[in-house]
Amino acid sequence: MIRAALLFAALAAFPLAMQATDNLFYASLASRILVYAIAATSLNLVLGYGGMLSFGHAAFFGTGAYVVGILAAEGVRSAWVAWPAAVAVAAAAALLIGAVSLRTRGVYFIMITLAFAQMLYYVFVSLKTYGGDDGLSLPGRSTVGGGVDLADDVTWYYVVLALFAAVLYLMRRLVHSRFGRVIAAIRENDARAEALGYPVYRYKLACFVISGAVAGLAGALIANQGSYASPSLLHWIQSGTLMIMVILGGVGRLWGGFIGAATLLVLEHLISDYPIAWLQGLAPSYQEHGGLAVGIVLLAVVLYAPRGLAALFDRDARAP
Amino acid sequence: MLELRSLSKHFGGIVATDAVSLRIAAGETHALIGPNGAGKTTLIGQICGSLACDSGRILFEGEDLTRAEEHLRVRAGLARSYQVTSVFGRFSVLDNLALAVQARSGSSFAFWRPVAAERALFDEALAIAGDIGLAAKKDALAAALSHGEQRALEVGLALATRPKLLLLDEPMAGMGPEESQRMIGLIAGLRSRVTLLLVEHDMDAVFRLADRISVLVNGRLIASDAPERGDEVAA
Repeated sequence: MIRAALLFAALAAFPLAMQATDNLFYASLASRILVYAIAATSLNLVLGYGGMLSFGHAAFFGTGAYVVGILAAEGVRSAWVAWPAAVAVAAAAALLIGAVSLRTRGVYFIMITLAFAQMLYYVFVSLKTYGGDDGLSLPGRSTVGGGVDLADDVTWYYVVLALFAAVLYLMRRLVHSRFGRVIAAIRENDARAEALGYPVYRYKLACFVISGAVAGLAGALIANQGSYASPSLLHWIQSGTLMIMVILGGVGRLWGGFIGAATLLVLEHLISDYPIAWLQGLAPSYQEHGGLAVGIVLLAVVLYAPRGLAALFDRDARAP
Repeated sequence: MLELRSLSKHFGGIVATDAVSLRIAAGETHALIGPNGAGKTTLIGQICGSLACDSGRILFEGEDLTRAEEHLRVRAGLARSYQVTSVFGRFSVLDNLALAVQARSGSSFAFWRPVAAERALFDEALAIAGDIGLAAKKDALAAALSHGEQRALEVGLALATRPKLLLLDEPMAGMGPEESQRMIGLIAGLRSRVTLLLVEHDMDAVFRLADRISVLVNGRLIASDAPERGDEVAA
């Protein structure tokens, strides 16, 4: 609790420090990290807490982004309309995809969620009116009224931070609620949960829909982040990236999504912006292949901290 | 209370349950015995709904449950324990039992209130932990319990759903003589509270506990009668 408060205080102070030192680029990187943290946290709910290996989470992330993009292209730019719409459409997509996918399990579930996400990817690629495979440029960030301008990167950062905090709090309430207990029990032993009288399928589906809705919110934010909705947001590589974030940070850990997103994106930034002379001599184009370094870090985490980076900060060995 | 009408189940060419008809009266303790592979566990699975029936009917308190989903049968008052221990290993004993109590006390589509604040769930879970002799181990993780303790928890989970009919699938499986005696004592204590269908290999236990015994061989019910209690039993 205290550490969470300290971390939020540090996150709240961050853009002020950057402003003072004229490093506003980092506020933008930080808000990007927080958006991905929301997306990864949503995946962690199904993957970590619910034990459902969804390999198609980019579908909900990208759908959220496109809802904001398409609404903006049609002249609806209010965040109060576009963001809830993104959440609702992503939730509906999760309901449909989950209703079919959750009838399977194990490797079939992984494959069927992947297949659905790729189908949605091609749907958006083929939407020529909305940019097709070039993606969809937004006229600017959503509007909220009341004299608040989201185009300002520091304001934007605080909006994203507030939403991240809300998502994390919601997640914390959820995993400790009755529903959260049942979800954890289903992850542990779904046959026994059913034999105790729980309709397992319905609980899994509810969990999947909540997760999809939160991913949709993250999608709405990522479209705003760069004023751009790209079909690559729905690509399976995006699903993989979110999964890597969760595994890096900690599967089934409240802060896992944030830690994973921060680690991955900071690492990518360091590799592409800070050339290392001797490494360049050895491999001139290494900076274009940041994935290699990410792979090495992932390997190290899986081998030496298999419960994720979040577990390294643990005093209590028991998972929640 | 429970009536099976020529229930059948095939796995490919193998007939696991062959037109089994059986009545279990309220309050009785009914033992189901038979050699390995006779189809006892399959029959339990069919009654509880984890396995679909090919043909036949299952009536429970006059209600046709043949096609009902497993969780609905639990609500109707049918509960089972497993031959191979099936508990929630990373939950404590108390959390295991509270989860089972939670299943029948109000909706669990509750996303906000912490479950730990619900005293009633944990009070009842603690009472059940006492019943099954695990009160002292209430905070231990289920995975860390001894085999005998896990078997007791296995029965406790089924008991916590407050069944009218409890199906116990070899509760003494893998137990030493001392643990078996404790389990027999536990089951004997349940006899007055709940109707029991007991699958067991331990003939000593069967003859001490059962009011009636049915014999299943190759999926067929070949006999169903009261045991002659005075007899010496060859194990």
